[in-house]
Amino acid sequence: MSVRRLDPNQPASFAFTSQNEAWAKATIAQYPPGKQASAVIPLLWRAQEQHAGWLPEPAIRVVADMLGMAYIRVYEVATFYTMFQLSPVGRKAHVQVCGTTPCMLRGAEALVAVCRERIHPEPHHLSSDGDFSWEEVECLGACANAPMVQIWKDTYEDLTPASFEKVLHGFSHGAPVKPGSQIGRQASCPTGGPTTLKDFAKAAK
Amino acid sequence: MALQDKDRIFRNLYGFQDWKLAGAKVRGAWDGTKALIEKGHDGIIAEIKNSGLRGRGGAGFPTGLKWSFMPKSDPRPSYLVINADESEPGSCKDREIMRHDPHLLIEGALLASFAMRAHTCYTYVRGEFVRERERLEAAVAEAYAAKLIGKNNVHGWDFDFIVHHGAGAYICGEETALLESLEGKKGQPRLKPPFPANTGLYGAPTTVNNVESIAVVPDILRRGATWFAGFGKPNNTGTKLFQISGHVEQPCVVEEEMGIALRELLERHAGGVRGGWDNLLAVIPGGSSMPCLPASLCQDLTLDFDTLSKLKSGMGTAAVIVMDKSTDIIAAIRRIAYFYKHESCGQCTPCREGCGWMWRMLRRMELGEASKSEIDLLADMTTKIEGHTICALGDGAAWPVQGLLRHFRGVIEERIDRHQAALQLAAE
Repeated sequence: MSVRRLDPNQPASFAFTSQNEAWAKATIAQYPPGKQASAVIPLLWRAQEQHAGWLPEPAIRVVADMLGMAYIRVYEVATFYTMFQLSPVGRKAHVQVCGTTPCMLRGAEALVAVCRERIHPEPHHLSSDGDFSWEEVECLGACANAPMVQIWKDTYEDLTPASFEKVLHGFSHGAPVKPGSQIGRQASCPTGGPTTLKDFAKAAK
Repeated sequence: MALQDKDRIFRNLYGFQDWKLAGAKVRGAWDGTKALIEKGHDGIIAEIKNSGLRGRGGAGFPTGLKWSFMPKSDPRPSYLVINADESEPGSCKDREIMRHDPHLLIEGALLASFAMRAHTCYTYVRGEFVRERERLEAAVAEAYAAKLIGKNNVHGWDFDFIVHHGAGAYICGEETALLESLEGKKGQPRLKPPFPANTGLYGAPTTVNNVESIAVVPDILRRGATWFAGFGKPNNTGTKLFQISGHVEQPCVVEEEMGIALRELLERHAGGVRGGWDNLLAVIPGGSSMPCLPASLCQDLTLDFDTLSKLKSGMGTAAVIVMDKSTDIIAAIRRIAYFYKHESCGQCTPCREGCGWMWRMLRRMELGEASKSEIDLLADMTTKIEGHTICALGDGAAWPVQGLLRHFRGVIEERIDRHQAALQLAAE
């Protein structure tokens, strides 16, 4: 469990763009009639994406009204699931550093140190220019490519403090590096090349 | 003998080839699916039972048997729910399936749904897997467009495949928490019984299966149960995606035979333990919930459900976390304890309070600040959590701590002695 509270500074209102509104209607229709509450996570997620990467309180009410849910039920969902950011995040990048044991064994603590140094000494705080924020998260599911971070939708894998600095530099200069392995390997294939399915790798070239 | 490429199910594991429908078809997906459906509901279930397939999500429950629990005639709709909430530290296999061979999953879902008389499948992808979800959604759109799934599809069984997602909660990998989350609630596990096969999603009969369990189904049906059962050992059959992380030369994901020797797996595919086999300290053989095993138990260790449970550990998701002698084993397990503290849903007191308590205790031991009597206290406390919660997260939090105390008690005692000696010296 982690304690999660709404930010004290909230915008006055929230409304989905017409495009997102249409998307929301189609999403709700994927679930059986009367079960529209199933769409609550996707809708909150879309609201967060629309609102600079964090979920404001008025959006919780809007989503609740759209789904016919009590405000408290949607509030529960927003505070339970840790990918909902309840306070503003960096404009250019919100960095999620995986700190769980498989990443820790391969140097995640050094990546956290880079975040403390470059962004803010504490997680969930904006950098002085407001461009960056960071947090240590629990396993992101790329353990064979540890250590790694996720920024927005993409993962940056097989990192060292130096290559992680390059990733951050890319975001700060509006020219993000290519996502995925930062040592150039293919997905979770062994670094020395595949030990299996070699013909399949060759045929692709 | 090593598993040969021709017997590998995940032929695009690393994404060297096209993941799209055309590429998947070249690799054999969607080949003769209609004929497989003609085996009938019970024919498919029998074939899966005979293959010996055990669930790949961690618990290892026989998949065919699970399917057979679904009602044969019920006024309520039946559902297949695929658990793609892959979040167990060490596990990173479902990700590779979804982004590199999504059609295996979709075809498997059709076949499994047909076997269980379900017309709808929801796949619950963890929130962090955004790109993987986009890939899966694109593959689903291709399958609809090609009339492989959907209403009036070429296979004659109406079938909808809906991709859903979470938002960062490990607990939603627990099947009933997943169902709660899919219904739009906090992911807090339900009491069982009733089991999902009776009262699952929206109160209707539901089976929840792991991504890998479903994705291997088409190949098993195409090649036959005896082919699949020919790999591995009795009761531990088939091929399996192993995920090797931690202190090896080349961490990777690889498909191998069940029951492969740990050393062979590491040396053939992962370049061996960093600094050589003799530099091995311990492995966690099945993801973070499974107790670690010291090097002394790893010499001839084979990786399969039964061997590992005899050693009081487990196969889990076959996520092998390797630790060499440079590892502070107390810190490594303390970080796992923190994970469970963070991910406890808060519903049951033993887990909600106990996980944080274990973490704080391990932190004291890591620093040497604990007293030796606290080791027994901690051991005792783990048994107060294990088996006393609604779901298995409590067990999964207690087991790694038990593994540490079982095999590395000496390290903790030595750390405490060293700290005491340092305090003594400072006082003098």
